[in-house]
Order: sequence, then C-alpha cells, then structure tokens
Amino acid sequence: MIEVENLTKDYGTVKAIDDVSFTVDKGEIVGFLGPNGAGKSTTMNIITGFISSTSGTVRVAGYDILENPLEVKRRIGYLPEQPPLYPDMTVSEYLDFCSQLKKVPPREWRSQKRDIMELVKITHVSHRLIRNLSKGYRQRVGMAQALVGSPEVLILDEPTVGLDPKQIIEIRKLIKALGKKHTIILSSHILPEVSAVCDRVIIINKGKIVAVDTPENLSKSLSDFSRFTITVAGPADRVKDILQSVFGVKEVQVSGTHGEDETSFVVEADKDIDVRRPIFNKLASYGFPILELRSMNMTLEEIFLQLTTTEAKEVV
Amino acid sequence: MHAIIKRDLRSYFNSPIAYVLIGLFVCIMSLFFVESLGEGIASFSSNFISSMSYLQLFIVPLLTMRSFAEEKKSGTEVLLLTSPVRLYQVVLGKFFAATLVFLIMTGVSLVFPLVLLIYGKPDGATLFSAYLGFLLLGMVFISVGIFASSLTENQIVAAIISFVSLFMLTSFSFIGSYVGGSFGTLMDKLSIINRYYEFYYGIIDITSIIFMLSFTAVFIFLTVRILERRRWSQG
Repeated sequence: MIEVENLTKDYGTVKAIDDVSFTVDKGEIVGFLGPNGAGKSTTMNIITGFISSTSGTVRVAGYDILENPLEVKRRIGYLPEQPPLYPDMTVSEYLDFCSQLKKVPPREWRSQKRDIMELVKITHVSHRLIRNLSKGYRQRVGMAQALVGSPEVLILDEPTVGLDPKQIIEIRKLIKALGKKHTIILSSHILPEVSAVCDRVIIINKGKIVAVDTPENLSKSLSDFSRFTITVAGPADRVKDILQSVFGVKEVQVSGTHGEDETSFVVEADKDIDVRRPIFNKLASYGFPILELRSMNMTLEEIFLQLTTTEAKEVV
Repeated sequence: MHAIIKRDLRSYFNSPIAYVLIGLFVCIMSLFFVESLGEGIASFSSNFISSMSYLQLFIVPLLTMRSFAEEKKSGTEVLLLTSPVRLYQVVLGKFFAATLVFLIMTGVSLVFPLVLLIYGKPDGATLFSAYLGFLLLGMVFISVGIFASSLTENQIVAAIISFVSLFMLTSFSFIGSYVGGSFGTLMDKLSIINRYYEFYYGIIDITSIIFMLSFTAVFIFLTVRILERRRWSQG
C-alpha cells in the first residue's frame, strides 16, 4: 500500500531523515516510534506531500507522490501533530469544508458526516465553535477531518498527545477499530501505546530506521538472555553464590531486601537453557525456600532505550 | 476552489476585519466626497476615484495580510496542501475571496455617485471607466498583497511588505520621470498608475485592461511558486 524507498531529507547540512526505506501492507497498523526529533513528523509530512524529500521515492497505492500528487492525496487522511483547525468555524462547518476540499460527493457526505461524528463522538459539539473546544475535542475533530472521504490510508502524527488517560484509551480503541478498514501509520514516543495498537513497529532514531518488527518479536530477538526476578528466604551472600553456581546463569544481582532474611535477585541466564528447575532444586537442597520466581521479558521500553542509546554511542 | 472562497469570505465576515475595513473606507470616502463636491461635478469622478485608489493603498494590505500568513501560523496550511487540490486553486480561491470583499466595498462606495445622480448630471461614461480602472487596480493590489502574505507567517509583516511594495509599484512613473533616460521610459511604461490614469480620464484601452490583468496573473503565479518552493525547504 505504501512504499517508501531511500527517503532522505536535508536541512542544510543536517539530515532530518537519512535513507529511510519501508513498506506498509494494506490493512496494517504500523507504529513509528522514536524520540523527539527523530524524523517521524518529517517522514509523515513527506508521505502526505506536505513537504518534499531531498531524494528517494514515496508510492501510495502505486502512485508516486511527485508524479501524481493528487492521486496520492486523495487516498490519504492526515492528522498532523497540530490538528489543522480553523478556530472561527463550527465543527460542522469545518467538516463540510474538509469534505469539499476532499471532493466528497455531497450526496454521500450527509450520511458520512453523521457516521464520522458518531465514531469520534463529536456529534453533541457539532454546532460549537472550534475555538471553544477543549484540547481533547480538538484532537477528535482533527481525527474526524482525517476520516473525511474515507481514505484508504490514515496517517496520524502523535494522535494521543495532550489527552487525558481516559481519552487516550478511547482514541486507541478508535484506531484499533479503524485498522479494520484502513491502512494506518501512527507515530508516538509512548511505547505502550505502540505495542497496544500496532501490528508492526518501526523504530527510528536520528533520521535512521534502527529496527522494524512486530512488538513481540522485538521483545524476543533483542534480549540475548532470559531474565528472572527471584525472591529467596536466606542470607543474601550465600544465596547469591548458590545461584551463581547454577549452570547457565550469567549474572546475579541483588535487587532488594525485604524484612529479616528475604532477598530479591535479578538473574540473567542463557536464553537456551531453562535454569528455573535447577535453581529450585539447588536452593531446596540448601534449605532456602523460593518465595517468588518470575520471568522478566524485556519491555518494549527497554528495547527502545537500548536501541536508541547504543545508536547514540556509535555516533559519539 | 469554491470551498476556499467560501471559507475565506466567512472568515472575513466572522471576524471584525471586513466590517472595520469597509466602515473605515466608507467613512473616509464620505469626507473625500464632501471635499470633492466643492470642485464641481464635472471633475468629480476623476478626483473622487483617484482618492479612493490611494486609500486602497492602505486598505488592501490589511485585507490580504491574513490570507496565507494566518494559515501558516495556525497550521491549517497543512490541510490545504495535503488535500487533493491544486496549489493554484488554493491561491485563486484566496484571491477571489479578497476580491469579493473588495467588490462589496466598491459597491458601497457607489452610494456617492448615486447621490450625485439625484442632484445633478455626472458623466456616466467617465464614471464607468473610472470604476473599471479602480477595480482592475484593486485586483493588482490584492494579488500583490496575497503574494506578500505568502512570504511570512506574521500578519503585520505581511501588511508592511505589501504596503511597501504597493507604494513602490505606484511610484514607478514618479521614479521614471525623476531618473529619466531609457530607464525612465521603461519605468513609465510599466507604471500601473499611468495605465490607471487612462481609465479615469475616460479612456478604456484594451491593452491597459490586459496589462492590469497580466500584472495580477504574474503575482498570483509568483505566490504559487513561493508556496511550491517552501515545500522543498521547510520542515
């Protein structure tokens, strides 16, 4: 559906994005993840035809953004970081204006408008001036704007930024639901959001793509070892020595003590060896009972930090 | 394009700007009206309309300063530029919206000649020609104003740029006569004010009409180019 090839954008000597390539299939929800200034918005602005790339190509449904901009724009609904709203219009007037810009046939528009307003829950504010709406409602009106004309592709730049937790959950649900009918690219620097909503994650840092995968695979492939937290009743030093002597255990760290003789450890072990049984047996033979044993997969957050900070080290 | 004209008109009339400008215009024009009556009906139309056009030098920059500057500042430019609309349609839409406000303003000013018609017999043909010239000049001014507005996101700066450019444009013939020589002749030929004078002396010359319209077209084209260019450079 969307093919991006070797996209580069220079601002003078600064490369905002550098040789970015990826594809998005029909019906996918893809998350763009990266710290501020990583090039997420720039990439989105290029795909939507708002700005031009220095080099590289973007094709949407087979149409090149430079050769056939109108065909591409017809297929994209874009919610920029700052929703493009006219404060001096009412919600209803604004959506009518968008429908005319996007050339929605007036006959279809009446029912479509009703559906869109129901979907993003703005029907009851449709006659209010946008100027008087709260941030959350403005964001929804912006979302409604992107949905006008029911484009095949939705590009949402930080759709949940500045919303309260309840609204965030609603918007995420909405995006999930929209994903059934549309192809969606959304950007975020909030990780749980991306892992909750997206089929695939593109992690971008300093204008370069550092990883592309499903949220689950990213978690798996990037952890070279499995990790556990384990809480044991017994003297910390002794238990630590015992744990370290188990075959397959790489590293043991004390992560906390509770009460008289309970100590928690973080154990890192070889990925291919299941160390949980040997640990149990060994500790049992010494008479130190295990109170808790829990496996800790790397969260997306940690992966994100790991990827973007190692990248930073290389640059320095 | 329709949608953009409608939206811009709404924005002119939803905010006080159109009313204030039309009010100001009519108010000052009525002063001129009383003034020029003293000089007799014969010379009325030319004097009256000539002062009207000088007033436009100040009013048009205020009318057009918002058109693109405001869109850029509030981020709504993105909507226009990512919709399946061609750039020239956006620019023309904004141009026609401003021109319509200008027409309304001019329409209101017709009150003054009408008053004259009741009490005297002004020369209808000259009046018509002068008004035609005035409209054409207004279109040139508006295209320059919109061009200025596309250069910046600050309305005040846009207004100042367009005022200064309009001032320079209208003083071409003055500069020409001051410098003299072939450069002077060139300036004189290019002067929109000279063309405009023809109209208010009652000469409707097709080349002058074409000249004024081309002038407008050039600035509309330049505005499109500016917006296009910015796509390549901005973030």
